Amino acid sequence: MKKITISLLAGLVFSMLLMQSCKPKNAGTAVNADAASKAYVAPGKYDEFYNFVSGGFSGQMSAYGLPSGRLLRVIPVFSVDPEKGWGYSEETKPMLNTSHGFVPWDDLHHTELSQTNGEIDGRWIFGNANNTPRVARIDLTTFRTNEIIELPNSAGNHSSPFITENTEYVVAGTRFSVPPDDANGDVAINTYKQNFKGYISFISVGKEDGKMDIAFQIKCPGVNFDLSHAGKGKSHGWFFFSCYNTEQANTLLEVNASQRDKDFIMAVNWKKAEEYLKAGKGRKQAVKYAHNVYSDKTHSATSEIKTEVTILDAKELKDICYFIPCPKSPHGCDVDPTGEYIVGSGKLAALIPVFSFDKIQKAIADKAYDGEFEGIPVIKYDAALHGEVKKPGLGPLHTEFDGKGNAYTTFFVSSEVVKWSIADLKVLDRVPTYYSVGHLCVPGGDSKKPNAKYLIAYNKITKDRYLPTGPELAQSAQLYDISGDKMQLILDFPTIGEPHYAQAVAADVIKNKSVKFFKIDENSNPYVSKGEGTTKVVREGTKVHVYMSCIRSHFSPDNIEGVRAGDEVYFHVTNLEQDWDVPHGFAMKGANNAELLIMPGETQTLKWIAEKPGMYPFYCTDFCSALHQEMQGYLRVSPAGSNVPLTFSTGKNYPKADSTVAAPAK
Amino acid sequence: MYKSATPLKSISAISPAKKNNLNHKLIIMKKHIIIFASILTGAILGCNNSGETTNATTDNTTQAATTAGGQEAVKDDESAKDVVKIAVGSKDHTTLVAALKQADLVTSLSNAGPFTVFAPTNDAFNKLPAGTVEGLMKDEKKEDLQNILQYHVTVSTIKAESFIDGQTLGMVNGDNITVSVKDGKVTLNGNAHIIASIPASNGIIHVVDAVLLPPAKK
Repeated sequence: MKKITISLLAGLVFSMLLMQSCKPKNAGTAVNADAASKAYVAPGKYDEFYNFVSGGFSGQMSAYGLPSGRLLRVIPVFSVDPEKGWGYSEETKPMLNTSHGFVPWDDLHHTELSQTNGEIDGRWIFGNANNTPRVARIDLTTFRTNEIIELPNSAGNHSSPFITENTEYVVAGTRFSVPPDDANGDVAINTYKQNFKGYISFISVGKEDGKMDIAFQIKCPGVNFDLSHAGKGKSHGWFFFSCYNTEQANTLLEVNASQRDKDFIMAVNWKKAEEYLKAGKGRKQAVKYAHNVYSDKTHSATSEIKTEVTILDAKELKDICYFIPCPKSPHGCDVDPTGEYIVGSGKLAALIPVFSFDKIQKAIADKAYDGEFEGIPVIKYDAALHGEVKKPGLGPLHTEFDGKGNAYTTFFVSSEVVKWSIADLKVLDRVPTYYSVGHLCVPGGDSKKPNAKYLIAYNKITKDRYLPTGPELAQSAQLYDISGDKMQLILDFPTIGEPHYAQAVAADVIKNKSVKFFKIDENSNPYVSKGEGTTKVVREGTKVHVYMSCIRSHFSPDNIEGVRAGDEVYFHVTNLEQDWDVPHGFAMKGANNAELLIMPGETQTLKWIAEKPGMYPFYCTDFCSALHQEMQGYLRVSPAGSNVPLTFSTGKNYPKADSTVAAPAK
Repeated sequence: MYKSATPLKSISAISPAKKNNLNHKLIIMKKHIIIFASILTGAILGCNNSGETTNATTDNTTQAATTAGGQEAVKDDESAKDVVKIAVGSKDHTTLVAALKQADLVTSLSNAGPFTVFAPTNDAFNKLPAGTVEGLMKDEKKEDLQNILQYHVTVSTIKAESFIDGQTLGMVNGDNITVSVKDGKVTLNGNAHIIASIPASNGIIHVVDAVLLPPAKK
């Protein structure tokens, strides 16, 4: 790296003298002297954009500020988060329930902000679980996961959670084709071609409340669905999915799924699918999937196991799905802001094909087909093609747009972002990334109205970018200023987990709607304590319910006696504060789950087993006041069968006058 | 300002090519000085119009790896060697290594892969008609050189014993190679034989005794 530094310094001298657009580029233009000022956000000042970054194998989503790259929040979604009690508190456990029971971890790959008329509306952001297939909806007034829906007939929900332009639907597609849930899955793996099917799901989203429901699934041939994007504007009503492994290999896909020169982009006419659904062409299939909803009024989640889904068969209902040949295992499937151009990025291809929506429509009208694949028409490549970007780089993956007629594509193998013009398919600029870029994000870059000031590259390999931290390194993100003709690297920042897709939006769209606290009057948790006067401890057999409150700087009650070994104790803790940024924490010695972190006005419950007699302190974990360290209490556990009465109090349980203190004094 | 693409010690093994590279760099340095002078005198010359013209594709392609260093510049002598480092360490592949540098493919091949690289030996290059290699090493032939070298790389790690008779391999340049296997011996396009295989951290190198020539462009 020293060599780079030296050459960089030398380069700086030159680049300050030379015009930026002069070629060839050098290390100097990779980081210009004004980069620091462009990424600088003064202390106390807000960033211009929110950047919502998927956490990959962390299962979470993170919110960053741009251009500073400051981490604002990690939002727990599919993985438990002991820091916030997510998946540990009784109220949040149902959020991670599935048809397989409680699943504490997943792999969140893509983020998608809700849209109205093709523009980001700042209401919700969706995330997909890639392992146990699910889609989550996060409320952007609270930055908390409010809903998770599981997907039947699926395995590896990768081409998700992309939405239609009014958030009518959020889609999901199976990465692993599998035997459907109502078929016998106990079949030889090498019967893939006969027994394995690919399902894509259309999940409707409530216009007002965002509630998700699987409207229908489309049964497709057994392939790997990879990524997707909705049509917009003129192509609203269509959805486009990339698919690979059209070889239908079931082993060593590294080699066997790379055999064909072309795989497919699948164009789905979802308006047509809706018509078929209305006409009763769907088949009801018995399945099992969980639908989990969190309420900000009860401050708790419910999980319902649903048992039926409606299936439309793409082979029978001929005019829903069409395959468009796309070279070499297409990965990214991106639609430009006008809705006319669909970019397929074959990760092994030496070019980028750009398809035209108008041409696809004409090809369908003219039946310009190259036969069928598993009963689905295959449109002739040339009939759908707008053109190809020739020799753009090596290993194209994903494309975003700036709304000015340009596209930006990442190249994993050649480690770069390439800017090209959609109309004439010419390469305009390229910048290296450090290293091996996967996804990229332009604010609004997959919507009808990009806000293309910045571009962020999310890299897969870090190696020497930061101080070493042993074998595992934080994945790096790089921020580029793309307001001019040339992309300019201005910042490099580490991320949480493994970022895949990310989205960004102007801060103004979200920041003014942010909730500061929950109104205690509206708290309808069955175990709420709306004031210290209502706190209590209730025994129900071997269960003990502690209705506890907290406010700066004490718990009520803070002395509890009469709990017996073997009891299950439920601490229902209500934070009585009605003030911004005053959460209280609750931690109990020996708890084998986690802490609670209770927002103002909220109630959360920690289950704790009284294993053996003794004294168990509890305390507030979130520094809340000057006397935070005084915010504590004791719970006494007596042996099973003990007759110590159940008592609880705060500020009352003082030593008796004739006992300990008085005796020695004399 | 113009950093060597591969800061490896064994680079000295390929001095002729390196010299060539250095000459190339000197020329570019001179170019910059001239441009600098022209800016000073207020005459804005050629350097601006390279952006959105037809030539831009070529121009931009060739500069891909010549920007700041890629992973080849990472200082790490402990990890298993990638395909580039292995090739650099082989005295039988000096021509190939020089060509990879000239074609700006070092950054790409230092990446995570997985790559299968068919690596022609110096002898294999020498079998080409006289002057072929020298011709390809010229800057104006860079695209041809890239095309040929990318025709020697496929994305996925394929061990020698995994090749199947009659198999088609899609190569990085977009063209295909056909594989034949007879008595365990692998031949590519009917004339290049795999004579050794070396596993690398990011794939595998199969040493071949002939240069693979991509089909003529339509």
